[in-house]
Amino acid sequence: MSSSDIYRELILDYYRNPRNFGRLDPHDIDAKDSNPLCGDEIEIQIRVSKDGKIEDIHYLGKGCAISQASASMLTELAKGKPLEWTKELSKDDILKMLGTSDLGPARIKCALLSMKVLKTGVYGYLGAEKVEGAEGQAQS
Amino acid sequence: MLKSQSLEVDQIRKDFPIFKRKIHGKRLVYIDNAATTQRPKSVIDATVDYYYNHNANPHRGVHQLSVEATEAFEGARSKVATFVNASTEEIVFTKGTTESINLVRYAWGSSHVKRGDLIVLTMMEHHSNIVPWQLLAKQVGAKIEFVNLTKDGRLNLDHFEDLMGQSPSLVAFSHCSNVLGTINDAGKLTARAKKAGATTVIDAAQSVPHMPVDVRAIGCDFLAFSGHKMLGPTGIGVLYGRKSVLEETEPFEAGGDMIREVHTSGATWNDLPYKFEAGTQNSAGAVGLGAAIDYLSAIRMERIREHEEAVTAYALEQMSKVPGITVYGPLDARERGGVVSFNMGDIHPHDMASILDEEGVAIRSGHHCAQPLMELLDVPAMSRASFYIYNSFDDVDALMQALSKARNVFCL
Repeated sequence: MSSSDIYRELILDYYRNPRNFGRLDPHDIDAKDSNPLCGDEIEIQIRVSKDGKIEDIHYLGKGCAISQASASMLTELAKGKPLEWTKELSKDDILKMLGTSDLGPARIKCALLSMKVLKTGVYGYLGAEKVEGAEGQAQS
Repeated sequence: MLKSQSLEVDQIRKDFPIFKRKIHGKRLVYIDNAATTQRPKSVIDATVDYYYNHNANPHRGVHQLSVEATEAFEGARSKVATFVNASTEEIVFTKGTTESINLVRYAWGSSHVKRGDLIVLTMMEHHSNIVPWQLLAKQVGAKIEFVNLTKDGRLNLDHFEDLMGQSPSLVAFSHCSNVLGTINDAGKLTARAKKAGATTVIDAAQSVPHMPVDVRAIGCDFLAFSGHKMLGPTGIGVLYGRKSVLEETEPFEAGGDMIREVHTSGATWNDLPYKFEAGTQNSAGAVGLGAAIDYLSAIRMERIREHEEAVTAYALEQMSKVPGITVYGPLDARERGGVVSFNMGDIHPHDMASILDEEGVAIRSGHHCAQPLMELLDVPAMSRASFYIYNSFDDVDALMQALSKARNVFCL
């Protein structure tokens, strides 16, 4: 698919009317990261329920439509899921969520930044040592 | 009325192999020249010819090839010197503008900028003309002030004057902004800084490739530029240093070829400019840069400037008709280089660059290594079109069409 096909109504709607945007207080998890090359920034805050589920999740950030819509959609997807669920989360899940099969090397990191932040936050909370599957990590 | 273009763009494009390429099935509209330019066949051929026929280590051997390699390398230095009106001993080869500025920081700055000194920079600098000075200031305990900008993206000369009143020891500024396109009056700024007792460093990465630059007329102490932004190879750049200033500058890197004598007790330094060129240099790169200068000189820098001014004026005129667009920097093409940065509606520059890429239009998007300027203008990023000798009105038209597609994609 051509890269501009990604900017369908869905992405533009989440970009312009972000869901779960803003601070979440109180929260148990707070993680952020940026892509210095693009200037995309994502911060994710999570409140964890007693049974280890994502009770509520918000994000803050700025950047391109893909990075911001991806973060907003990911918060909706993650809400109510057990923390362990984030370990299963993969690049393909994010592409599926965005309704595309491929984004190309120049833009894939925009789409995956929020997943990296989510995993960093949750793994840190769970005490895991390294972030797996975060191939969209920022490059400098 | 727009001035007619002074260059034979169709002929020029034929000299650049890359324009045979299609990008996503479309004609390549390469307007990312402030990042790097394309290379004509003559530059590529000169580099290949050096490796095919003349390769050896310059300055080191007495055999035939070493003599030829030395002639090629030093011939390139002569071309650079003539191009900016310097003498050959004032031309130091580096990797590029960044290394040139860092050379000044280490070799001159460490021993000349003292605790409590003032370094003056401007708000329109590229990171490579900010961060080296921040590190130097931290190292020696100096302070830094940035010259403010006017609303239309020029230096605030009243603020500059105020800062000159504080007797800075170093003043570093860009000749032409890589974001706003603003052309600063390098001669006037240098003269004022000198009167204040400062040493002057000019980032000329965006001026030397695009207009006549005469270091004697400007009167600066140091001036830095890159080969790859003026049709030359990557990995070769230039530091011009005024002879008297270079003489009081310490060596940069230490090693072979920069010494006169080495004993176990110490060493003495080679003559200018070799004192600053330790180790085997990028001689093939220098030869390529020499070929690039031949190419540009054959066209003449005055005509290149005239041509870019016409293309930029046309771009500014066309873009002013687009609803929801913000163009940054001076709006008069006579006061700016061929760099036009913009934002349109709520389209993030990275989304913009992706959509334009599909149309074969290559632009830059992001903070352009000028985050302090982005903060000042309160934007996270910008899209940037930047022109060169092979760009023409048809490239501006292609940009306008692609912008119109971006409007549709984003339902603006």
